[in-house]
Amino acid sequence: MKSPLLIFNQNGIYCPIANVYIDAWKPVDKVIISHGHADHSKYGHKFYLTHPNNVPIVKHRLGNVNIESKKWGEKFLINGVQFSLHPAGHVIGSSQVRVEYKGDVWVYSGDYKREDDGISTPFEPLKCNTFITECTFGLPAFNWEKQDVVMNNINDFWKECKSNGQTAVVFAYSLGKAQRLIANLDLEIGDILTHGAVENLNEVIRTFKNLPKTHRITRETKKEDLIGNLVIAPPSTHGSSWIKKMVPYVTSSASGWMTFRGARRRRAIDRGFVLSDHVDWKDLLRTIKDTGAKNIVCTHGYKDIFSKYLNENGFNAFIENTPFEENEIIKEND
Amino acid sequence: MKLSKKMIDFANLVEEIDNTNKTNQKVIALENFFKNASDEDKVWAIALFSSRKPKGVIKTSTLKVYAAEMAQIPLWLFEESYHIVGDLAETIALVVPESENDISPLNLTMLISELKQLKEFDEIEQKKYLINKWNHLNYYSKFLFNKLITGGFRIGVSQKLMTKALANVTGIDQDIIAYQIMGDWNPETVTFQQLILSPSKEDFIFKPYPFYLANSIDKELDELGDCSNWAYENKWDGIRAQLIKRNNEVMIWSRGEELISNQFPELIKMGDLLDNGTVIDGEILPFKDGKIKSFNDLQKRLGRKNVGKTTLKNNPVILKAYDLLEYDNLDIRDQNYFQRRKGLELIIKNLNNNNLQISESYKINNWSEVKIAHSIARKNNSEGLMLKNKLSIYRVGRKRGDWWKWKVDPLTIDAVLTYAMRGHGRRANLFTDYTFGLWIDYNGNRELVTFAKAYTGLTDKEFKEVDNFIKKNTIERFGPVRSVKPELVFEIAFEGVANSSRHKSGVAVRFPRILRWRKDKNSNQANTIENLKSLINE
Repeated sequence: MKSPLLIFNQNGIYCPIANVYIDAWKPVDKVIISHGHADHSKYGHKFYLTHPNNVPIVKHRLGNVNIESKKWGEKFLINGVQFSLHPAGHVIGSSQVRVEYKGDVWVYSGDYKREDDGISTPFEPLKCNTFITECTFGLPAFNWEKQDVVMNNINDFWKECKSNGQTAVVFAYSLGKAQRLIANLDLEIGDILTHGAVENLNEVIRTFKNLPKTHRITRETKKEDLIGNLVIAPPSTHGSSWIKKMVPYVTSSASGWMTFRGARRRRAIDRGFVLSDHVDWKDLLRTIKDTGAKNIVCTHGYKDIFSKYLNENGFNAFIENTPFEENEIIKEND
Repeated sequence: MKLSKKMIDFANLVEEIDNTNKTNQKVIALENFFKNASDEDKVWAIALFSSRKPKGVIKTSTLKVYAAEMAQIPLWLFEESYHIVGDLAETIALVVPESENDISPLNLTMLISELKQLKEFDEIEQKKYLINKWNHLNYYSKFLFNKLITGGFRIGVSQKLMTKALANVTGIDQDIIAYQIMGDWNPETVTFQQLILSPSKEDFIFKPYPFYLANSIDKELDELGDCSNWAYENKWDGIRAQLIKRNNEVMIWSRGEELISNQFPELIKMGDLLDNGTVIDGEILPFKDGKIKSFNDLQKRLGRKNVGKTTLKNNPVILKAYDLLEYDNLDIRDQNYFQRRKGLELIIKNLNNNNLQISESYKINNWSEVKIAHSIARKNNSEGLMLKNKLSIYRVGRKRGDWWKWKVDPLTIDAVLTYAMRGHGRRANLFTDYTFGLWIDYNGNRELVTFAKAYTGLTDKEFKEVDNFIKKNTIERFGPVRSVKPELVFEIAFEGVANSSRHKSGVAVRFPRILRWRKDKNSNQANTIENLKSLINE
C-alpha cells in the first residue's frame, strides 16, 4: 500500500512528500490556508499560502504575515507534488485543497456548503481517490431549507419587529454569515446596522467585493437609529451591556444549530433561523458521490457516526481528530 | 422547516410559543388561542398543558422503525440521531422528509380522536396512517402530532402560564381556574363550559384543592419581622397529599395530582372515620415503632398495584397533618392559619387514630430557637423547617411571603465522574447527564462503584467545559452512554442516605445533585463508599 499523501499529525494536516501543512493548528514553516476562520488560520506560521480573497482577511486577523496567493484552479508544484485551490462555498475566499502525486488525488474540503449563497464562490466538486470531509452536521436530522426561504423568514421577522417598534437583532458569525445576511436581506425594509467586529470585516471585504451599505454602531448611534432596523452582531454580544442598550429588541440567531429546539432554548434567544455555511446531511452524501472517492476521511462533527454509516454503504471511511471540532462548537455557540 | 401560515391552530400556538423567549409573549399567544380555538380544542389544550396526555397508542420502538424507514436510514442511525436531538417527536419531525403540500388543517380534537381510533387498527393500517400523516404535515404540525403519540407534552409552557392566559381571557380569577382544572376530568367528555365557564357544584366533589407551596427562604430570619407573628413546623420528607372525605368516600390525592388512594389502605380506613366534608393537607410518612422512618422505607410502598399484608405490616404509614382546608363541607382556605390549625387539632384529637398525627406547630419566642430547631431537624428525620405566618390564608400554588421553607444543609461527598449521557430539552447535544462513583476496596483492589446520577448544579459554562472533557476523554461507548476517564471530581449534595439492597453500592441517596466542581482534587482524593455509609442516620 502506498503511503498516504496527507497525514494528520500533532501540528496539522501534513503532506510529507511536499513538506507542507494545510490548516496547521501549531506553528509550522509552510501552510496552505483553506479559509479565514480563526481555527483554520492560526497565528505563528512562517509562510502562508491562500486564495487572493482570503489574503486581506488573514492579514486583518493576523497582521502583516508572510503570505502569497493562488487563484482557484491554478496548479502549483511543491517538491513534485501538485497542489491547487478550488472554491468551497463556505465563506468568501474559502477553498478546498486538491493534492495530486503520481496519479493519486486527495481533496481536503475545508469547511464547505453546496448552495450558492450569492457572495462566496460556489463549491466545485472535484474527482479524487481520497476525500477529507468535514461532517459538522453529519446527521440525518440536519436538512437545510433553500436560502431564499430562510431569508424570507428573516425578512418577515424584521418587518414584524419594525411594526412593533422594536429592533431586530440577528446573532451571526462576523466572517461569512454576517455578509451572507447583508447580501441577501431586503434592504427596502430598513437599514442594517452592525457591531464593530462585523463592520471591520465588511470593510476588509469591500476592498475587493461589493456589499450593500451597512452602518457601524458607535457610541453616537441613537435609539431612534436602531428601532425598526436590523442589527447584526457576533453571538458573544448576547446578554452583554452592549446589546442591552438596544431595548426594545428581539433576539434571533442564524445558525445550523438552530435546528434543535433545545439549542435555541439553551441560548435564551427568541427566534432561531436555520442557516448554515456547512453542508447538511443530503449534500454531504451528494458531495461524496460527486467526488467519486472510495476513501473518505471524516473530520470534525459527528465523525464516528458518519464514518460508520459510510462504511456500511461500501466506502472506506476513517476518522481523524482535529482541534477544529471544539472550536466549531464555540464558534457557533459563543 | 417551512413556516406556512396554513396551520392547525394548536400547531400555530406551539410555534408561536417556540418563537419567543419572553413570558409575556407566550401568554399573549395562549390568549389568542383561547380566544379563537374551538371549545373542544381549548379543553384539549388545557389537558395537555396540565400533563393530561392521551394514552400512547403506538409503541415508541415501532415509531422509530417507521421513521427510520421513511428517512431511508438504518435504525441505529435514527437512534444515534435521537440521542443527539434529545426528543423523539422532534427527531422524527426532523428526519422524515419535508412534504410539499400540507393536508387540510386539522383540529386538535379530531387529531386526538383519530389517534384513539388507531388502537382499533391492525399494524398495517396503523403504519399506513402514520406514514400518510408524516408525508403531509409540515414541521410544527408533525412535531405536535408526534408529541401527541409519544406523550410527555412539555414545550415551555407551565400550567401557571396557561391558567394566567385563561384567566385573562375569561375574566375568572386565576386561582379559581387552578382549582377548576384540578383532579380527575376527562377531556373527551367535559366541555369548556363545564370545566371553566360554569362548572357545577357536583364537579368539585372529586377535586382536591390546589396545594399551597412555599419558596425557599432567601433572607435572614429577623427580616421576617416580629417573630410572634410566625410559627414553625418540621418539613417532613414523604409524600405531600390531601386526604378528602366527602359523600362517604375517601380519596387521597398527591401533590402531582395523582389519585393514590389504593396504595394506602390504612389511611383510607382512617379517613372513613372522619366526618363528611373534611379535607386535610399533610405528608404521608413511613412510621414504625413510634418513629418516623426514612424515605427509603416509604419507597417500598410506592408504585404497587396491590399492597399485601406483609408490606402493610412491615412498612406502615401515617398521615402527618399540616393543615385543614375543608371543615363541615365548607372551604375554609380563607381562614387564617391559626384558626385552621385549631380545627385540625380538634379533629385529630377527637378521631384519636394512630394513622393520623399532627405535625406540631411551634410558637416562636425568639429567632434563635428556630435556628436551634433547624440544626437538629435531620435527627428527627425531617428535611428542615417550615415558617408560616399565623395570619396566612391557604393560597394557591407557589406564592412568596407567607410561607417559607428552610431546608437543612444537604449531606455532601466528593465523587468521580465515570459515565455520561447527552441531555434532553435545552441540553440536547451536550453531555450533561452524569454518573458518579466512589471508591471501594475489592480484595485489596481499589475500584470505583456507581452511587448516584446527577444532572443539575453546574452553570451552562461548566457544563460546556465538562462536555468538552467528555468528548476528548471517552473510553468506551455503550449506545448513548460513554464511559469517561475517571479524572474529574465533583462534590455531590443529597438529602438523605440509606442502606439499599437494590443498588450495587449498597446505599441509596435521595435527590443527588452537583454542588460544585472540585477542580482542586484529583480522582484519588475522592471519597469512599465507607465514607458515604458513615452518614447513614439510624
